[in-house]
Amino acid sequence: MKSKTLVMGVIGADIHSVGNKILEYALKQAGFNVVNLGVMVSQEEYIKAAIETDADAILVSSLYGHAEIDCRGLREKCDEAGLEKVSLYIGGNLVVGKQPFKEVEEKFKKMGFCRVCPPGTPPEVAIRDLKKDLGAE
Amino acid sequence: MDNVLLIDFGSTYTKVTAVDINSERILGTARACTTSKTDINEGLNNALADLEGNIGKIEYNSKFACSSAAGGLKMVVIGIVPELTVEAAKLTALSAGAKVIGVYSYELTDDEANEIANLKPDIVLLTGGTDGGNKNIILHNAEILASIESDFPVVVAGNKSVASKVAEILKSAGKEVRVCQNVMPEFNKLNIEPARQTIRDIFLQRIIRAKGLTKVQNIIEGILMPTPSAVLKAVQILSTGYGTEKGLGDLMAIDVGGATTDVYSISDGLPSRSGVIIKGLPEPFAKRTVEGDLGVRYSADFIVEEAGVKMVCQASGLTLEEVQSYLNKIRSNPGILPNDDNKIGMLDLGLAKIVVKEAVKRHTGVIETSYTPMGKIFIQKGKDLTGIRKVIGTGGPVINSLYPGEIMKGVLFDEREPEILRPINADFFIDRKYILSAMGLLSEKYPEIAVRIMKRELEMV
Ligand code: B12
Repeated sequence: MKSKTLVMGVIGADIHSVGNKILEYALKQAGFNVVNLGVMVSQEEYIKAAIETDADAILVSSLYGHAEIDCRGLREKCDEAGLEKVSLYIGGNLVVGKQPFKEVEEKFKKMGFCRVCPPGTPPEVAIRDLKKDLGAE
Repeated sequence: MDNVLLIDFGSTYTKVTAVDINSERILGTARACTTSKTDINEGLNNALADLEGNIGKIEYNSKFACSSAAGGLKMVVIGIVPELTVEAAKLTALSAGAKVIGVYSYELTDDEANEIANLKPDIVLLTGGTDGGNKNIILHNAEILASIESDFPVVVAGNKSVASKVAEILKSAGKEVRVCQNVMPEFNKLNIEPARQTIRDIFLQRIIRAKGLTKVQNIIEGILMPTPSAVLKAVQILSTGYGTEKGLGDLMAIDVGGATTDVYSISDGLPSRSGVIIKGLPEPFAKRTVEGDLGVRYSADFIVEEAGVKMVCQASGLTLEEVQSYLNKIRSNPGILPNDDNKIGMLDLGLAKIVVKEAVKRHTGVIETSYTPMGKIFIQKGKDLTGIRKVIGTGGPVINSLYPGEIMKGVLFDEREPEILRPINADFFIDRKYILSAMGLLSEKYPEIAVRIMKRELEMV
């Protein structure tokens, strides 16, 4: 089966690059076709990259606490661009301070993300979920 | 004695350059009006007669030519996302020396198909999708292209997974098709060389015939390529050097014309300061841009409109009335030269200054400041050319000007536009004898000699 294509990057004005590099490495090792946009990625950049590479999923990272503002409207814009079938994932430190993760998860699911990963989610978990969701195995 | 004749069939002039290979000298140059409407040989023979008058009759061991006559190499480029494969396709066509007359993204519409038919391109470059990426759009666009009646060859350089299918669609409609490697095989990775080479092959086999240049092929055993591609070759080899002959390192060149202006940069354009994040498509080491709306004659009215007449007065030193009346003069006689009237020279100077400044601005990368929770962050798009130390000026308006240095200053960094990453401090070299395209041709067979001749002939101002 053709390997799945993932577009990933750290959204907004966020420059936390360490997790992004580690995640890229782990996903490539796991056999995914990875398009890493790096840090400070705008919504439009994810969308354009996903169109050109025919991506199966977009993985958004946000570490600095502004995920909610940065991700607003992303699902809708993807749909508008013909990417209805592309799943959205998000992980990192999504909100400022300590909010119950259930609430955070719900908030982002409402925004159209199919999976919301709690802070410090190890790559193995992300890989397992992706393989299951995308039917890569 | 080993003599080489280099010919440039330009849109206005046919220029000839005679080189003695043994002494590595330019024996002479001459030019005459291009005669592409009747027989292109007429203009060539006139130029050769003039050359003979200057240096006497000599035999040539080989002759090479480039051409931008009869409209040059006109191309339409098609991709998916404007900033991605469309941009990659455009950069490819430009580096092949083409004039890009149409740029299309996403799925072509029927209206766009009509538009392409009317544009009558010499070649269409069809791209879209990274390898293994989007398939539907390029397949759709192949169907649309296939439905267009006109007879143009198509270079297919998109997603390899559907390349043969795309070729089949086009072939079954009777189109000549060449498949080559993807211009963007992976996301944000440029791969322009295979498509560029293919475009050049088609130019040789097809376009020369179509443009009535076959007649000259009988007398020229050497290669023919589009003139801008010869200039790019010259600038590139002057930068990198060849064999034992060292190059000048990173450099830029600007070719100001009557209707268009070309800018070349040979540099990786990476950030010159630390902590800068690069966004957008990586640009080719040897980059060419061409501005179809910037020239000192056919585009003069447009420039006055855009820059404002006051600016033109300031740049030229003419009064408002003089600018108006001399604009009228060049409008009715675009071929008029400054030696006929000094004030024509002044208007040319003013327009050329504005043209150079704007053309370099469009070629050069920008740096944006973004404010984040942690403070300022710099984002660079395009090439950082602040470190370029050598800039070559060519084209009639620069070469014939009494003040070429003044014109070239427009290349430099301007603190009123600090976001434009222009060269901060550079020496200017003028292509006094108009030999850049000839040297690009010469470098096909005698690269080392071409570098040495350029290093000697380009004149620092
Ligand atoms: C190093 C660091 C920095 C460095 C970053 C250097 C760099 N080039 O990356 C610097 C000093 C520049 C920095 C700056 C800031 N930082 Co900081 N930083 C950290 C720190 C200490 C470590 C981050 C890290 O690298 N972790 C290691 C990697 C491997 O883990 P990760 O990033 O979480 O990624 C993993 C997983 O989360 C997961 N993952 C990530 N994304 C996704 C996505 C999906 C879909 C999935 C499935 C999984 C997944 O996989 C990754 C690999 O295992 C954290 C605290 C911490 N311990 O987390 C604070 C932290 C992230 N920073 C924080 C803050 C506030 C800032 C600043 C605003 C500070 C300031 N006021 O100056 C600035 C913001 C700058 C900006 N514009 O982004 C806060 C964020 C608070 C919040 N979200 O509520 C944190 C949490 C510290 C804190 N407790 O206050 N920071």
